[in-house]
Amino acid sequence: MAPTTKALYKQVFPVKSDLESAGKVSTEVRRILRSLGVEPEVVRRAGIVCFEGEMNIALYTKGGRIILIVRDDRVELLFSDRGPGIADIDLVKQPGYSTAPDWARELGFGAGMGIPNMEANSDRFVMYSRVGVGTVIRATIFRRCHETCGGNRAPGT
Amino acid sequence: MKLAEVIERLGLEVLVPGDLERRVRWGFCSDLLSDVLAHAQEGDLWITHQRHLNVVAVAKLKGVAGVVCVRGLHPSQEVLAKARKEGVTVLASAEDAFEVAGKLYGLLSP
Repeated sequence: MAPTTKALYKQVFPVKSDLESAGKVSTEVRRILRSLGVEPEVVRRAGIVCFEGEMNIALYTKGGRIILIVRDDRVELLFSDRGPGIADIDLVKQPGYSTAPDWARELGFGAGMGIPNMEANSDRFVMYSRVGVGTVIRATIFRRCHETCGGNRAPGT
Repeated sequence: MKLAEVIERLGLEVLVPGDLERRVRWGFCSDLLSDVLAHAQEGDLWITHQRHLNVVAVAKLKGVAGVVCVRGLHPSQEVLAKARKEGVTVLASAEDAFEVAGKLYGLLSP
């Protein structure tokens, strides 16, 4: 595992437990990443990871926050929420599994692809959860790894 | 094929004109946002029944050529304003998704 480099940029975004403002953080994160000159492919992947994570917080939790950290060699997105937590993480990582209520499904959510999409667009994806407490996710997207690792994995991972 | 030409050939109504000179790569038909995020490609024309605010965010994230709202469904003014701000082309058709997708396939398939 490469040593962590100094953070060039850090910002905390609160996320409310409703769909009204959902999507705002991912739009803002993409804007910030572009303005920092982050590679377009990294911005694209971070945008998808952030949007799915933001929707998960808005749809399924009591609210939480997203922290964006930009480093020389990577972009990190940290998601945390105030519960209810996930009992079986392996289950939610399975494509097609969803606990979305009908009203959310009618809006096109609940395809059971949110967490698989987050994982697929991250180079490292770590998820912890405790029922009754909440869930934290750290998604890492490496920059400039395209020449050496085909765009998906950092060297040595 | 350019988006402007697709609009003309399919008789689509332009609700928000974004970049109409863009090339349409292919079509993508889905109402599941995560499905679009996972499988649509940049430059696809996205055919859907969804018309809420997050559609604009997904369209922008994926860089689709435009969104086609089918079966006479129109997004709210709020959604159209957001699309205008984000430069996302929003189109509408009175026809259903099957007909729009079929015609688009006929136009774009080699």
